[in-house]
Amino acid sequence: MSQAVPPVLSVQPSRALVDEKFSVQVENLPPGCPVTVRSLYQSEDKDFWEAYGHYVSDHRGTVSVSEDVSLGGTYTGKEQMGLIWSMRPAPGSREGLRLRKRDMCTPMLVTISVYRGHEDFRDQTALASALVERWHMAPGVQRIEVRERGVQGTLFVPPGPGPFPALLDLWGGGGGLQEYRAALLASRGFAALALEYLKADDSKPNSPGDKYFETAFEIIRAHPQVAPDRVGIIGLCFGTLVALSLAAEYPMIKPRCIVCLSNVHHKSRKNTVTEFPEEVPERFKTVGAMENVLVWRDMGLAVLKMQHPKIPVGNIDCPMLLINGTDDQNWPTVEVASDIIKMMREAGKESLVTRVDYPGAGHLIEPPFSPLFRATNFMLSGTRKKVMMLWGGKTKPHADAQEDSWRRILSFLQLHLYGDPSPKAKL
Amino acid sequence: MENVELLVQLQQLEGAPGSPSFFFGQTIVDVALVFGGASHADLCQSHSESSRPKRTHPPAIRLHAVRACTVRMDNSLQRVKLSVHPSRALVDEEFVILVQNVPPGSPMTLHALHCSEDGHRWEACGHYIADSSGSINAADDCSVGGSYLGVEPMGLLWSLKPVPGSKPGLRMRKKDVQTPMVVAISVFNGHHSEAFVDQVSLASWVVERWYMAPGVRRIPVTEQQLTGTLFLPPGPGPFPGLLDLWGGGGQLVEYRSALLASHGIASLALDYLTNEFTTQTGKMVDNQYFETAYRVLQQHPQVLGSRIAMLGLSLGSVFTLKMAVYSPVVKLRCAVCISGSHIQPVSGGPQEMMDLFTRNIEKINFSEQNEVIWRSLLLPVPSDPSMKADVGRLRCPLLLVVGEDDQNWCTQESAADMEQMMARAGNDHLLTILSYPETGHLIEPPYTPHTPSSMYRGAGVDQKMMVLWGGKTPEHSAAQEDSWRKILTFLKKNLYGGSDPQAIHRSHL
Repeated sequence: MSQAVPPVLSVQPSRALVDEKFSVQVENLPPGCPVTVRSLYQSEDKDFWEAYGHYVSDHRGTVSVSEDVSLGGTYTGKEQMGLIWSMRPAPGSREGLRLRKRDMCTPMLVTISVYRGHEDFRDQTALASALVERWHMAPGVQRIEVRERGVQGTLFVPPGPGPFPALLDLWGGGGGLQEYRAALLASRGFAALALEYLKADDSKPNSPGDKYFETAFEIIRAHPQVAPDRVGIIGLCFGTLVALSLAAEYPMIKPRCIVCLSNVHHKSRKNTVTEFPEEVPERFKTVGAMENVLVWRDMGLAVLKMQHPKIPVGNIDCPMLLINGTDDQNWPTVEVASDIIKMMREAGKESLVTRVDYPGAGHLIEPPFSPLFRATNFMLSGTRKKVMMLWGGKTKPHADAQEDSWRRILSFLQLHLYGDPSPKAKL
Repeated sequence: MENVELLVQLQQLEGAPGSPSFFFGQTIVDVALVFGGASHADLCQSHSESSRPKRTHPPAIRLHAVRACTVRMDNSLQRVKLSVHPSRALVDEEFVILVQNVPPGSPMTLHALHCSEDGHRWEACGHYIADSSGSINAADDCSVGGSYLGVEPMGLLWSLKPVPGSKPGLRMRKKDVQTPMVVAISVFNGHHSEAFVDQVSLASWVVERWYMAPGVRRIPVTEQQLTGTLFLPPGPGPFPGLLDLWGGGGQLVEYRSALLASHGIASLALDYLTNEFTTQTGKMVDNQYFETAYRVLQQHPQVLGSRIAMLGLSLGSVFTLKMAVYSPVVKLRCAVCISGSHIQPVSGGPQEMMDLFTRNIEKINFSEQNEVIWRSLLLPVPSDPSMKADVGRLRCPLLLVVGEDDQNWCTQESAADMEQMMARAGNDHLLTILSYPETGHLIEPPYTPHTPSSMYRGAGVDQKMMVLWGGKTPEHSAAQEDSWRKILTFLKKNLYGGSDPQAIHRSHL
């Protein structure tokens, strides 16, 4: 039986870190041939995520995703990594899904395939496909579970003798232990402790005491491969509240710099940090709801207008990088950033702050090429009620923000944690 | 490095009563070996264990008594930065080694350490001098000493040699192709060529080198008494196929087939000397064995039956040519012969070939180090047509790869004779010869450490002996890199290109 030679699909590199780009190429097609290039990923929770672009081969019968324009699909235009960042749950999936890798020792396995035509490809067999590995951990990075002195987290250390600068890595009010950003930071030369400080499950609400973060910092500093005077903090959302608090209110901690994504700076009524996520939705009735989706943005604006306890950020003496999205529907983070800068200005420390506001980006500013999670299932602290939370963001601007902000974060950390700039140096 | 101050402190363990507390002034302690994960051997050892998905997690952190040494220059942590990119790649892909933040003009050593599957340590090093911006780029800069010289981006791999004190006659060959080769790359202050284990590196990196791309499938083949492994590229296929034959050592050697499948060719690695049938009966297989393997490949639903090639090294090339010229069953799109010959009893199979070697045994020579030189075994090139494959009858393109310092086979003489035969027959337009000076017999995929001689046991032979393969490391390594690229181009052009034998009109997709 004679068969035609199928097209050849190649992805370079086939194994990479999640923040690295790849090039997808299809060869051996007829010239001027319409095809669809599609990515498919089955998450650890067994949901399918996919993205696809419509292309037409050139006169040599080649499609190059990094060079050619996608004419339709989940992304359009010349988008080298569109097959990853424009992924969304496959039709028929459960609602409100979010993609967060749990096992750091295995890669994300993404199948890239090419189908004929621009019509529905799901009925067809692919013409060709390739498998790509996307890793959060570079080879040689050590993963160390930390369970001591009451502190729970995972420490990632870059390969080599060190010593390395380090980071306390804090996620937001969703709680649990998310390792993926810390693993990636270690793959980029920074030891990082992903800290669990809010329980995500149904166990008794666990508000960590003040000593918790101090102890975590001590543990990082005491590691023989960490340079103890070069430890910073990176946080998102509620994690920025903790980061600002640690920098402003704990004289023993003194982080060398902090990175705040999706800024929050209000404390609870009782002037505590850790009770804030439980208290906020209980207290405030100005919660927007559209089709069962919670929108907290307006509530945040209301809080801003009031005389509500805030972190005294004017006490902070280290460089700060504030990164926010203008389409953040979960909290008015851009307005918060402005308020932080106002307070810093009043303290004569405005030069410590670098701010970047990304138009069209939402609340969940993740490492590069992560898909957008515009609204996802979320469990409220305190009541443990399950809601659909609107985070905001438009797919393409949000993807651009993630890619750009990661580069800025790494270069900010390189400058302040590896180098010795003058304290007033800006990014 | 006048401005450098090396500080090492031993700190008292918190909450650990009785721990000693020391201060070492400017003594360099072997910090790397004290805590896990930082010494080179530990790095690659623990990593090779962790390259499979983890089932259990490492133990919780233990505070160690020693603080790492800090290099301080001009009051800032001018952390020497080492990066090797990509850190995970196929074995035939290049990487870029970049060192940054060292004092301009300072001498630095790049070092590679690999712990092989059979427990041996291999190392290589290059001596560099940082440029005026304090950087070293192994792709652009010259190594002025060490195990390789000149601008050699991949020198740290191909110049790997067993560490001093190792058993003589080692050869590096990956058996398990489903795990990567792990190499620890480090940078040291100054120019060193030995005793790396006693020193503390400034920075380290770990790279994985894979024979299998993600999604390549490994399928043992045991039907019809064959002993082989089929590697299929990822995807629905169908794919062009290839029959992959190694030499007289026998065994089922998978790595080249795995790599070919990573390049889109369904490749069947075939054991024809120490296969199941032979080990059980004591009898060698006959020529039909290769035809059976070809058929199995041809009939596989994911293989394009009309697009099959054969690749043979050393003894494997003998049967590649036999099939290509004489077999009524085997129809090849093209053939590749590495370090081989056409000299063979035309009407015989593996047993007759072994008998031919035995008959000529007195033609072996020995080097000054008592290594066996077999290259004269089949010489002189016979004029008797029953003793060499009639390549004048070939109908498919043939690529010959020749090492001019091959001490094991008379590859060069055979290639010259084949060229003459094909010129006389008028089919020499099918022939391409790649001939490499100072290159030995074992022409492997790129960056495989060169083996000039090794302890070798022929299939069916009890004794191991030290065999001279030939070649000088830099030239041999360059030949491996060049020939592989050309082999891939040759195979892709002939297997993917051209029209089908029964060309069907390709409808617009």
